[in-house]
Amino acid sequence: MSTRRANWAIPYFIFMLLFVVLPLLLIVVYAFRDNSGSFTFQNFVKFVSQPEAINTFVYSIGVALITTVLCILLGYPAAYILSNKSLNRSQITVVLFILPMWINILVRTLATVALFDFVHIPLGQGALIFGMVYNFLPFMIYPIYNTMQKMDHSLIEAAQDLGATPGEVFTKVTMPLSMPGVTSGIMMVFMPTISTFAIAELLTMNNVKLFGTTIQENINNGMWNYGAALSLIMLVIIGATSLFADSGDSQDNEAGGLI
Amino acid sequence: MMKKFFAQSYLWLLLLMLYAPIIIIAVFSFTEAKVLGNWTGFSTKLYTSLFEGGVRHSLIDAIENTFVIALIAAAVSTLLGTIAAIGIFNMRGRKRKAMTFLNNIPILNPDIITGISLFLLFVTIGITQGYTTVVLAHIAFCTPYVVLSIMPRLKQMNPNIYEAALDLGATPFQALRKVIVPEIRPGMISGFILAFTLSIDDFAVTIFTIGNQGLETLSTYIYADARKGGLTPELRPLSTIIFATVLLLLIIVNIRAHRNAKKQQTQI
Repeated sequence: MSTRRANWAIPYFIFMLLFVVLPLLLIVVYAFRDNSGSFTFQNFVKFVSQPEAINTFVYSIGVALITTVLCILLGYPAAYILSNKSLNRSQITVVLFILPMWINILVRTLATVALFDFVHIPLGQGALIFGMVYNFLPFMIYPIYNTMQKMDHSLIEAAQDLGATPGEVFTKVTMPLSMPGVTSGIMMVFMPTISTFAIAELLTMNNVKLFGTTIQENINNGMWNYGAALSLIMLVIIGATSLFADSGDSQDNEAGGLI
Repeated sequence: MMKKFFAQSYLWLLLLMLYAPIIIIAVFSFTEAKVLGNWTGFSTKLYTSLFEGGVRHSLIDAIENTFVIALIAAAVSTLLGTIAAIGIFNMRGRKRKAMTFLNNIPILNPDIITGISLFLLFVTIGITQGYTTVVLAHIAFCTPYVVLSIMPRLKQMNPNIYEAALDLGATPFQALRKVIVPEIRPGMISGFILAFTLSIDDFAVTIFTIGNQGLETLSTYIYADARKGGLTPELRPLSTIIFATVLLLLIIVNIRAHRNAKKQQTQI
């Protein structure tokens, strides 16, 4: 019986082959072809030999790293306070922190640009980093808060009973137990920041270019093969990141509790 | 006590920082000035002109498109995802692992890669990009989330009740409709909501699959507008309305969930 019901996944399997696997393969195919359609490494040679492209690439990784670190520094204490019953009882503050995740990212960026205009902060590099942190902070707080919520509190009590100081309880129990949340937070912040394009454009008046913008420009200007090669490079970076962050159980958290 | 005071101040400071942009937009939605930051007296003109003025066509059309696309994508994803989840749940071993892996690809993929890969697919096949391609693209990245939100429900379900229904003479289809679906309905609902919001929020995939036939969603509209330099002032009241609606909905949902949890506690 159950083997027959396993067949129910077939339509989805075919759909996925068509709209997920095939398109990804096409990126690979286009990346290794020139305009006339014959096999070439030229697209990658072009990337390596152009200082501008390499610079943008390194710069984007830098921006994504700084954003991620800032989000951890600001978000971790917030998640800790939110999940700690003796420091915060109100459910409303939790909702207020999650809420921005539900607003269209362009609307949020637009609001940030408006704020900077209003207080006369020039748009540029600084504005870019601040804007990124604005945009992605909730995505760091939420997974950390989630793991801290599910944490077994008897472990903390046990540590206290056994004579650990509050500092020791934090470094030896709370922090290691909250690491899965931090890892999935990193995934939810680092990966989108490295691939954004429109946000950077809006926040810097198109003065600072990120890797995502370069890819989009190439695709828009009909340079599909070069654009595909750049996408492939980004895919490799993303793949490496997700290998680093053990993706196994972090995804359950991510999709299970968004509402 | 001091500790709690500092903790609460930190939270509210952070919230103030997060919300400052939105508050500014909301405040300046009540004045007529074209440029944000100029206060030319209180007025609700932007709100009225949003719904009847000359700008109406493009912006309201964009919102309509956004919602219709999200509704279709969410409905199809929920249907496809539910059937797929039941199928995957009944798979064993390597097959199941492969399907789970396949399901995770669009979730781990950055939007821009999903967008470009689908763009390449559509240009290679030679389909004109427009409504259909956007909807197909949205279904492709929403369905995996639906599958993920239904799976835990299937795992919690007692497998015997399905067999019992068959033993009692139900056809497999009846057993599905009357036994399995009611059990996994909460997962289907949260999957639908998730798909709907993902679709509404999406920009990166949409921009690559929407084509150049003049079709606009809210995201692409804002993007095009911002690139031209001058932002339509009507976007201010619109953002305010969207924000207030989402805030209200989330607070209601959470208070209700909180109350239900309390009720259950007192019952036990």
